[in-house]
Amino acid sequence: MTAAGWLQIAVYVVALAALTKPLGAYMYRAFETDARPWPSVLGRLENLCLRLCGPRAAEEQTWTGYLGSLMAFSVVGIVVTFALQMLQGALPLNPQGLPAPSWHLALNTAVSFTTNTNWQSYGGETTMSYLTQMAGLAWQNFVSAAAGIGVALALARGLTRTPGPSGSKTLGSFWADLVRSTVYVLLPLSLVWAVALVACGVVQNFSAYVEVTTVEGAKQTLAMGPAASQVAIKQLGTNGGGFFNVNSAHPFENPGAISNFLQCLAILLIPAALTHTYGKMARDTRQGWAIFTAMAALFLAGLTACYLAESQPNAAIAGLGVDQAAGNLEGKEVRFGVANSALWATATTAASNGSVNSMHDSYTPLGGLVPLLNIQLGEVVFGGVGAGLYGMLVFVLLSVFIAGLMVGRTPEYLGKKVEAHEMKVVTVYVLVFALFVLVPAAWASVAPGGLSSLANRGPHGLSEILYACSSAAGNNGSAFAGLNANTPFWNCLLAVCMFFGRFAMIAPCLAIAGSMVGKKTSTPGLGTFPTHGGLFATLLVGVIVIVGALTFLPALSLGPIVEHFLAAAGRTY
Amino acid sequence: MSVHHHERPSLLSKEIVLPALRQSLAKLHPRHVAGNPVMFVVEVGSLLTTIWCLRDAFVPAAERSAPLWFSVNVTAWLWFTVLFANFAEAMAEGRGKAQAEALRRTRRDTTARRLADGREEEVPSSSLQKGDLVVVTAGMLIPGDGDVVEGIASVDESAITGESAPVIRESGGDRSAVTGGTKVLSDRIVVRITADPGRSFLDRMIALVEGAERQKTPNEIALHILLVGLTIVFLLVCVTLVPFALYSGVALSTTAIVALLVCLIPTTIGGLLSAIGIAGMDRLLAKNVIAVSGRAVEAAGDVDTLLLDKTGTITLGNRMAVDLVPAPGVDVRRLAEVAAAASAADETPEGRSIVELVRTKHGQALPVKLDRAKPVAFTAQTRMSGVDLDGRVLRKGAVDAVRDHVAAAGGAMSREIVEAADRIGDQGGTPLAVAEGNRVLGLVHLKDVVKMGIQERFARLRAMGIRTVMVTGDNRRTAASIAREAGVDDFLAEATPERKLALIKEEQGKGKLIAMTGDGTNDAPALAQADVGVAMNTGTQAAKEAGNMVDLDSDPTKLLEVVEVGKQLLMTRGCLTTFSIANDVAKYFAILPAMFMAVFPEIAPLNVMGLASPYSAVLSAVAFNALIIVLLIPLALRGVKYRPLGAAALFRRSMLVYGLGGVVAPFVGIKLIDLGLVALGLV
Repeated sequence: MTAAGWLQIAVYVVALAALTKPLGAYMYRAFETDARPWPSVLGRLENLCLRLCGPRAAEEQTWTGYLGSLMAFSVVGIVVTFALQMLQGALPLNPQGLPAPSWHLALNTAVSFTTNTNWQSYGGETTMSYLTQMAGLAWQNFVSAAAGIGVALALARGLTRTPGPSGSKTLGSFWADLVRSTVYVLLPLSLVWAVALVACGVVQNFSAYVEVTTVEGAKQTLAMGPAASQVAIKQLGTNGGGFFNVNSAHPFENPGAISNFLQCLAILLIPAALTHTYGKMARDTRQGWAIFTAMAALFLAGLTACYLAESQPNAAIAGLGVDQAAGNLEGKEVRFGVANSALWATATTAASNGSVNSMHDSYTPLGGLVPLLNIQLGEVVFGGVGAGLYGMLVFVLLSVFIAGLMVGRTPEYLGKKVEAHEMKVVTVYVLVFALFVLVPAAWASVAPGGLSSLANRGPHGLSEILYACSSAAGNNGSAFAGLNANTPFWNCLLAVCMFFGRFAMIAPCLAIAGSMVGKKTSTPGLGTFPTHGGLFATLLVGVIVIVGALTFLPALSLGPIVEHFLAAAGRTY
Repeated sequence: MSVHHHERPSLLSKEIVLPALRQSLAKLHPRHVAGNPVMFVVEVGSLLTTIWCLRDAFVPAAERSAPLWFSVNVTAWLWFTVLFANFAEAMAEGRGKAQAEALRRTRRDTTARRLADGREEEVPSSSLQKGDLVVVTAGMLIPGDGDVVEGIASVDESAITGESAPVIRESGGDRSAVTGGTKVLSDRIVVRITADPGRSFLDRMIALVEGAERQKTPNEIALHILLVGLTIVFLLVCVTLVPFALYSGVALSTTAIVALLVCLIPTTIGGLLSAIGIAGMDRLLAKNVIAVSGRAVEAAGDVDTLLLDKTGTITLGNRMAVDLVPAPGVDVRRLAEVAAAASAADETPEGRSIVELVRTKHGQALPVKLDRAKPVAFTAQTRMSGVDLDGRVLRKGAVDAVRDHVAAAGGAMSREIVEAADRIGDQGGTPLAVAEGNRVLGLVHLKDVVKMGIQERFARLRAMGIRTVMVTGDNRRTAASIAREAGVDDFLAEATPERKLALIKEEQGKGKLIAMTGDGTNDAPALAQADVGVAMNTGTQAAKEAGNMVDLDSDPTKLLEVVEVGKQLLMTRGCLTTFSIANDVAKYFAILPAMFMAVFPEIAPLNVMGLASPYSAVLSAVAFNALIIVLLIPLALRGVKYRPLGAAALFRRSMLVYGLGGVVAPFVGIKLIDLGLVALGLV
């Protein structure tokens, strides 16, 4: 670890914290008030889009209506994205003449991008046409992120709205949330980021690939394309699907320190800012900051562990005459170094982003454990746009329940009672995630179809399997690599994980919103457990860690943990 | 607090422990265990390992999945886990059962003298219907619950309340309710029966203390769901560990997997949950309060606002003289003498307090010539009382009444006196004017006396986050002054039953939970509306029916203790849940390295407790898991200590004890058991 490394991390954290309040307040204005920004341009665009969604698009919906709209929109999205890929050979904007991918790859990719996972079983530049990348994948990059923000808003409304005299139990309109998230937040931010990235040297063109002769005289094909616009939304929407196969490790996708900083910042920007939006919705910004604090604490803990682990030499290449004074640089870009790689790896897995600027597979066992654990904590360490907040709010309810019992009061959150029905739904939420990580991973670890894709055996292979399933169910999308996932077995298995990991967890969130929105709000007294301070943030961190650790520790102990001890003893895989 | 409880068998007495031991075996029946999914999983796991043990016993040692002594020991401890949980429940039920038995003995079938068309007829008490009139005379048991409609009698209610002093029951008013099974000691009363056979107070009380009518409370259900969810998660964790282990080349024995599962699922809280609930009701009973349902006890812990009647709860029932205010030019000694003389024949507490004040503060005994005095009693018309003594007309009374009295005799009340009277009123007191002949000598300041220590109790409630509202028929001025002195947060002056009901509804509209006490029939609507309504046992049947708790001691301040019991109930559940889950950390460190050590000896550093061998590690963890249930039974039955602190402080303290303690304790416990096993040469 170096002072320069820590300094860069510090700059990052300060920038993130500083942007949380203004962006959060901006989003509150866009979503929850009528004084939306820039009505002459963005307002017109919003109205146009809403009209396209149908005549009653802006009407308030109950939780079932909201879920119905979201599901319909997502299923159609999967079908369209699937069709686009299968037909790309016959469609325009395909200068390389790339053919349709296999059906299972197309299915996997369609589900992957619709669920905001962006798991990629393929290399972008060798598989997908420009049209598929832009109309299929980039479109989903926007709308799947917008849908996630919508669910978070709906849950936040459920928790913070006071039932009117009419007893209205609505949570907002899915279509309005979708359009507003895109128009007021994702599009403007993407524009800013894309321009900035182009300035940093990220490519943005529609050229065919370029053949060059290297200084050594070898021929090399340089992939081209509209990368900057894709990369901006891939980071801002916590999508993570790279334009190129090696994602943000590619010099055209992420050329240097400033582009790296900007992209890394974009990963956590919206998830962090949403906590402040939430605080404003709760009419008590301390509520938002408590959640932000819990997220930041988990993030910094993970980052420190990862940076610490990666600053150690890699046991696998020890004795090969490689100078490892700078730490484990295997699988990392030297232009980023250990600190920025660890920062990126922690941020991208904390936020269900999934883009990478280094190969997590090559991390030391404990360094690789951090990204894996980040995902397994439920993608709530800032988490995906929207997804992080709604997942966190589920853990908040769980924490509030336990705290309430411990102080001898029926638990309540923001003045609303948390009762048996909410606990049932919270339990379902926790169960679904464990179910869609552990069961598929267990199956893959013994099924021939699962094992044949492994590049490594032993504990490292198990880490790869666990990582793939966790990444899919957690809608992260990053890969440990080392696992050839482009097989019918893995494509289908992970598609199932991604689908249920997204929608079987959104449904409980909306159900909670639906039951909480109608509840009476009472003003908190001295006997009410306060949910706005450091004490609550600490409890929240504790609950998240305990739930995650208890669920995944046995499996992890056979993967990265055993591997760590074996590596220490000189056995590597 | 009541000092005349029922005889309560101690927890470790023979009549509780022995039946509990028998019960814990009987409760192994799957039908019973199925009601508790956590324990059901343990029982199924125990069955599985038992079958495995039996199989292993008949195969050669080489084919066994684990050494036989290990499998047998683990299996035994798994069964103990279920048995210990059953034992905890049986212990909690035991005390209630013993008490129910005592109550049942008083429910003898007696002969009742029923009034029909003016004639008395003898019928068995069990045939009495609602609305029947019965005659009860001295020495008879009252045949059923009812209201006295005629006569007055002293009644021995010790069978119900444990209080041996007889109480007076009379027709009309708020002292009319009688309970079946109690005994009339004197006189004759006519009672209208208000309960159908089998639904009497005694019947319900028996059912309640026995726990027969116990239903899960809302919070218990919510917690139960969480525990079931955790159990399913751990089931997933353990089942999927088998293929993961297979991948890694580790063959896990069924015994080891079941051991891990049982250690991880929340058996501690799962085993003690129903015991905690039963014990909560029981603790309330120990305070001589009967709750109609566990739900009411739980609601008590949640109460935001307490409505307290001023008289009897906040103040002693009567106003007392606290000061004398002489009129200008009058010696205070003269005022004292006349006030005492005018009160000499007044036997009301107010009158006595005046005499007492004069004696203690002004050092004057009663004038000796009083035997010649002619007392003049208080009437609603004159609103004065006093004496005529040797031609002197000495009077004390309401200020305006005395003003008219002296005016009639040609005197006048000075402006200073009127102003002083107003000042007393402003301070929440009541002024009494004292006059001799046509001259007003001064005022006696009468005051409601706030009970000793009530301020501290309210401060404690405030720290708990509970708001207190005083309800009184007094005017605003008087009410405000007493409210200030007693330290209540708010007050309702000039209260009528309707205004009381409206206040409750208004508070509930704001999402608050309200508790109140009451005894009169006109309290019934408010008692029914309140979330926690504690009826006084001395009150009317209507009030007892409307409330969801009955205080046998009829002590309105009991409400405060009821709240604490409710909170304690929730806290005990919360703390043991936290403890139970926190325990899992140590169990992972005990069992996981043990499971994988054979294939990956490199993970030995994970065996942080340095347990002797993998078998010893698993066995120690399972044994700890079972033993901790037994060790925590006293805590579950007694409840964790409640401290009137704010929520945050309370939480920090509980987290430190049960959260951090829950992480550390099993490390110590498992290591100790492991050392014990080694010392015994078992491993």
